[in-house]
Amino acid sequence: MRVGVVTFPGSLDDVDAARAVRVAGGEAVPLWHGDEDLRGVDAVVLPGGFSYGDYLRCGAIARFAPVMREIVRLAGPPDQARPGLPVLGICNGFQVLCESHLLPGALIRNDHRKFVCRDQRLRVERTSTAWTNQYQDGEEIVIPLKNGEGGFVADDAVLDRIEGEGRVAFRYLDGNPNGSYRDIAGISNASGTVVGLMPHPEHAVDPLFGPDVAADGQPGTDGLRFFTSVLKAVLAA
Amino acid sequence: MTSANASTNTTDIVRAGAARVTDTVEHALRTPDVEQPWQVLGLKADEYARIREILGRRPTSAELAMYSVMWSEHCSYKSSKVHLRQFGEKVTDEMRANLLVGMGQNAGVVDIGDGWAVTFKIESHNHPSYVEPYQGAATGIGGIVRDIMSMGARPIAVMDPLRFGALDHPDSARVVPGVVAGIGGYGNCLGLPNIGGEVVFDPCYQGNPLINALCLGKLRHDDVHLAAASGEGNLVILFGARTGADGIGGASILASETFEEGGPTKRPSVQVGDPFQEKVLIECCLELFAAKVLVGIQDFGAAGLSCATSELASNGDGGMVFHIDKVPLRDPSLTPEEILMSESQERMMAVVRPADLDAFFAITTKWDVEATVLGEVTASDRLVGLWHGEVIVDVPPRTVAHEGPVYHRPTSRPAALDARRADVPDRLPRPTGPDAGAGLRELLLRMIASPNLCSRSWVTDQYDRYVMGNTALAVPDDAGVVRVDEETGLGVAISTDGNHRFAALDPYQGTLLALAESYRNVATAGARPLALTNCLNFGSPEDPEVMWQFEQAVTALADGCRELGIPVTGGNVSFYNQTADVAIHPTPVICVLGVLDDVARRTPSGWREPGHQLYLLGTTREELGGSEWAWAEHGHLGGEPPRCDLAAERLLADVLVDSSRDGLVVAAHDLAEGGLAQALVESCLRFGVGARVRLDEVCGRDGVDPFVALFGESAARAVVAVARGQEDRFVAMCAARGIPCARIGVTDDGPAGDRPAGDDVAGDDAAGGPALAVQDLFTVPLAELRRAHTSTLPAVFEH
Repeated sequence: MRVGVVTFPGSLDDVDAARAVRVAGGEAVPLWHGDEDLRGVDAVVLPGGFSYGDYLRCGAIARFAPVMREIVRLAGPPDQARPGLPVLGICNGFQVLCESHLLPGALIRNDHRKFVCRDQRLRVERTSTAWTNQYQDGEEIVIPLKNGEGGFVADDAVLDRIEGEGRVAFRYLDGNPNGSYRDIAGISNASGTVVGLMPHPEHAVDPLFGPDVAADGQPGTDGLRFFTSVLKAVLAA
Repeated sequence: MTSANASTNTTDIVRAGAARVTDTVEHALRTPDVEQPWQVLGLKADEYARIREILGRRPTSAELAMYSVMWSEHCSYKSSKVHLRQFGEKVTDEMRANLLVGMGQNAGVVDIGDGWAVTFKIESHNHPSYVEPYQGAATGIGGIVRDIMSMGARPIAVMDPLRFGALDHPDSARVVPGVVAGIGGYGNCLGLPNIGGEVVFDPCYQGNPLINALCLGKLRHDDVHLAAASGEGNLVILFGARTGADGIGGASILASETFEEGGPTKRPSVQVGDPFQEKVLIECCLELFAAKVLVGIQDFGAAGLSCATSELASNGDGGMVFHIDKVPLRDPSLTPEEILMSESQERMMAVVRPADLDAFFAITTKWDVEATVLGEVTASDRLVGLWHGEVIVDVPPRTVAHEGPVYHRPTSRPAALDARRADVPDRLPRPTGPDAGAGLRELLLRMIASPNLCSRSWVTDQYDRYVMGNTALAVPDDAGVVRVDEETGLGVAISTDGNHRFAALDPYQGTLLALAESYRNVATAGARPLALTNCLNFGSPEDPEVMWQFEQAVTALADGCRELGIPVTGGNVSFYNQTADVAIHPTPVICVLGVLDDVARRTPSGWREPGHQLYLLGTTREELGGSEWAWAEHGHLGGEPPRCDLAAERLLADVLVDSSRDGLVVAAHDLAEGGLAQALVESCLRFGVGARVRLDEVCGRDGVDPFVALFGESAARAVVAVARGQEDRFVAMCAARGIPCARIGVTDDGPAGDRPAGDDVAGDDAAGGPALAVQDLFTVPLAELRRAHTSTLPAVFEH
């Protein structure tokens, strides 16, 4: 099982995403932003970071990277029912997915104007995706969140539509950390192959280096099932 | 950055003197009596005379620019050198054992075993951060990261020891958010976890905040690179960002002058950072190291091209010729003097064999990093700079880089010190007697909400501590712990500490206490202390009383290191932290580094489960001089600081490290500012597990009252939670080593369950929830503690 991890100049969490793929039992394949070829991978992770510095608008330049052409083509239009290439966009990767129109909406500066790094509680609201099929519907998980521009916005018609179609994948619990509309932390395309979220599942795959293990029994590895989910989805496809 | 509002800035003075005629060496010989602006550039009359003597003529304006920046206090250490020698003199074989590269290089390198080494260093960016908080703090990170890169290391973590004026001073609302955002904005974008540091508020830093930045890097033993230009014919290459007018004379000039009221605005002298360029530069450098195409490498720090060329040439075995007109510019109007002085960020200089040039450019091209051959290493002993073919610099490089002036500044014990020492805190009112409980409860809630003891999460939540996936501990734990080797779990712990009040009362003792605290913090996390670096922040060296404080601090650090058996690997001195004639309190910031064979063995500071026995290690004395209680409650600073017993610290560290290795403890927390009370509250709030505590055994044994037991700041103490079933073994280990050990209670979860740490939704205060209960004195629900502890900084900065 080969999962590509894209490195743009300025990507930061590519090493962590590759590690998470390996911990889950997959093979992580490095993909360079200038590559036209996806090296035959079964799925792709767009990692966190600040692609090309993100001085313009987050993800706005990365969208035009050669590697994105093939990813966009294989992922397919966001509303098609037929499953395309599984793509997970984490943080900056989510921003790139929105800029690429693989997912609707946009990410803007946090409403409190500050970068925020915290252990974030989420509710998993869609488990029929390539990246969430190992979770229970409504399950609560804690994974790190760290962003300066993580406010998810879209107009009401779009929000109503993705809510109506059950495409909201994750919602923030215990307080909205960045002003995202309707507490939306992550969304998916119609077929469930493309998922984007601001929090970082790749930072919650090893109890020693993940979120605090609190007295309420959070194991600190809630992010691991993103990566086991995609292995299962690819096998089933 | 326009030059329009910089009319009195050094930029224009240099420009005015040089714009029309290129001041070549030949021209300088022809015009020996030209008036030169040495004074405005910060040189003293005898220093200018010395330059003329070295060169046998007047310097050209370009040479004058180079000497002036390189001979500034910031670059030359001219006032501190004579004292810093102690670090090299007071060393033992034990201290040398793990040192691969000692002082004098960009950063020291320490052997941590298995072929791995780490390098770490702190630098100050104090003055630029006061002028322009965001960019000053941001470029402080950028600079220290390039220092670590220039050793051949991959940067793996940063930390920021920060000191600001009073929390409620109006200017804090400008400086604090700007600095924090600058550190986050730059550091987060670099992908380096920020794993700790300090945030201290005190009026003594008003107008002179201390913005220190630390970077830690890892490398294999074979990969150590040094800054030296060797091998005739090897090429000198500038790579990274283009050179602009930003930071001309920035750090070098700013750090060498005291702010005067009503002076000209200095904004144009501060550098502007581009973290994306730096991130790309890091990855590019690491590929260059791996490809083994570098003979030497040097970062561009303060004094820019002047520093990089003169240090490389000075450290090498020959000379160097370089073409100043080949430097790629962002602003084509720059004069050669400005190019030599520019502190534009994100630039590096490499020395490369001609045969490796193609491989070098292949890597820089991959990363879209601009690289330009500026010149080459020569067989001469001169550093020669050309401007469109004409020689405008021709100097012996050592005289620029390493043989600057050395001062033996006069020292004098401060006249006010005796009165301050005599003003002991005994007379200050404190809760005592049979009704002390209610008073202690209220005092506890005020203390944990006070500016220096309240939760730092408003600051640290703006930093990424997760990136790289190797952070095993970070703030608010005692030390930051990162994994170095993914296969074995080998890792390191670091902690920065300093207590300006102790140092103000007694700079010798205060420095030892800072050293002891950092050492103890690292050991508390379970790491064996190995080495240290430091950042010595002081007022003007021209003030004999400041110089006396400095001498005391350096002597203490050298003495203390010998006693603890760990070497100083390098450091930084920041002078002129004063406004007019009022200096900051002496502030030595110490960073001890320790090693853990497996970071899985690290000891966290918080309690995770009920039912663990709590022990207090060490002796509590009535030591309240310089304490947080005296300052926060009474605005008092007087008396003697706590005594520092390094032999006891060493024993305590041994117990903490060994019991971590043997799995005897599940949590440990060092006692420092705020004493036992603060440590108990922090350990409770970390994961929302309370405790039932009794103080009678400690009070009876040590002859102190509950107030002193809770708020006294005696050193060499820690509170530990012992693993179930290991209590007898642990107590026996302490007894065998002569460490006082008293059982003070047990962790205790209430039936209601508190919310996890970092949650801003406080639960209700219903009786029966988790609480900190001190027997016979008071009980406080954790929700109430959390509210008090976490509200202070948001209340000031969120509006």
